[in-house]
Amino acid sequence: MFGNLDFDVIRRSLPYLFLDGMSFTLMLTGLSALGGLVFGTLIALMRLSSYRLMGRIAGLYVDFMRSLPLVLVIFWFYFLVPYIGQWLTGASRPIRVGAFTSSLVTFIMFEAAYFSEIMRAGIQSISRGQPAAASALGLTYAQSMRYIVLPQAFRNMLPVLLTQTIVLFQDTSLVYVLSIPDFLGAASKVAQRDGRLVEMYLFAAAVYFVISCFASYGVRRLQARIAIVR
Amino acid sequence: MNYNWNWHIFFEPNPTGAGTYLDLLLSGLLLTIKTALLAWIIALIFGTIIGILRSLPSKAASWIGFCYVEFFRNMPLLVQLFLWFFVLPELLPRTAGLWLKQLPNAPFWTAAIGVGLFMSARVAVQLAAGIASLPRGQKNAATALGLTTAQGYRYILLPMAFRIIMPPLTSEFLNTVKNTSVAITIGLIELTGQARAMQEFSFQVFEAFTAATVMYLAINIIVVTGMRFLERSLAIPGYITGK
Repeated sequence: MFGNLDFDVIRRSLPYLFLDGMSFTLMLTGLSALGGLVFGTLIALMRLSSYRLMGRIAGLYVDFMRSLPLVLVIFWFYFLVPYIGQWLTGASRPIRVGAFTSSLVTFIMFEAAYFSEIMRAGIQSISRGQPAAASALGLTYAQSMRYIVLPQAFRNMLPVLLTQTIVLFQDTSLVYVLSIPDFLGAASKVAQRDGRLVEMYLFAAAVYFVISCFASYGVRRLQARIAIVR
Repeated sequence: MNYNWNWHIFFEPNPTGAGTYLDLLLSGLLLTIKTALLAWIIALIFGTIIGILRSLPSKAASWIGFCYVEFFRNMPLLVQLFLWFFVLPELLPRTAGLWLKQLPNAPFWTAAIGVGLFMSARVAVQLAAGIASLPRGQKNAATALGLTTAQGYRYILLPMAFRIIMPPLTSEFLNTVKNTSVAITIGLIELTGQARAMQEFSFQVFEAFTAATVMYLAINIIVVTGMRFLERSLAIPGYITGK
């Protein structure tokens, strides 16, 4: 059954797969996670704010993003980002946007909705006495968030945030629909060029599997350590 | 924004010669729903089996359950679909592989089975958590009444667990609907695929995607509202979700 397979194709394309493909995937994952965390925290703060309207807007955004499939959102932003860029820069025509920028904007906006739910749970897990004590000490809202609430919320939610990042790592493979050479896209390009679909897709699956397994094992260990400290 | 909006596009005939662009999108919506329902049935069946295995005291059973879940959770759905669609027919014996390749509607069946198995791992985790959340006394009482393990699961544990995990199952079902859109990569022209096709034929990008967005939102609202009623009527009295 493996008789006419040529696994040497993998060795020959290793530099392309990892230096081009995997570095794109990891870069996209890392930057989207960071951006998603920043925007997600802001959305969570909006959602928990005492201004009803702000909370409403943030809630609508989160519900909206979470009810759409990622593939559709990727297409949306792919066509929308040039127009947003035009609007922001005041250019006379839609600006040209690279594949990386377009997918980065997509994933930041999409993941912000998911990260905000995690951060909201984290903020709510802090007992009420803490912000109350902070304001009794004369800290402003911004200070009490910056020094008291958010560091603890972030720390409590770290395992969940990392798990979501592993999901994000897997989801970045969907940029395939824009024919961007991320890791899977690179594998698929080689597969189609050399007619070696079986070998390349099996290899890609194995790589994703090993990375995700190790990452989630790491998260489980981290969780155990944090749980003892608390 | 210098973009030519044309909302009448939906009522113009589409290039396939059968009906309007709106008909095109609606047929995509129908295919999304069909694929999602079949995938959900598969996810529930396999998820239940694996969820039970994970909750059994036997080491071997929970090891099998653990491996199954890790296998399906640690690969992107897109890669899994590629494995089912491109790789599996090549690895099977020649005749079986050929039969699989020539199957009519191959993208549909691949998508339903692929998404279904992907989601079954998530259902299994939820169900195992639901069973674990039941007080230990329930299982003991079932044994004391003379029920076998199978009977205990059938009559005591599973009915309780499923009622408890109803809310997370609702969101897993919605994830199933959303995940069917990944099958666009193996040539399933479901709702997202039809919106993309409409964009390519008519160049009205934003109208096409807006319509698809509205349809996905509608599915969400309908499912969430329906499930809220179901959850309320199935809630167990005395539990957090119940009264």
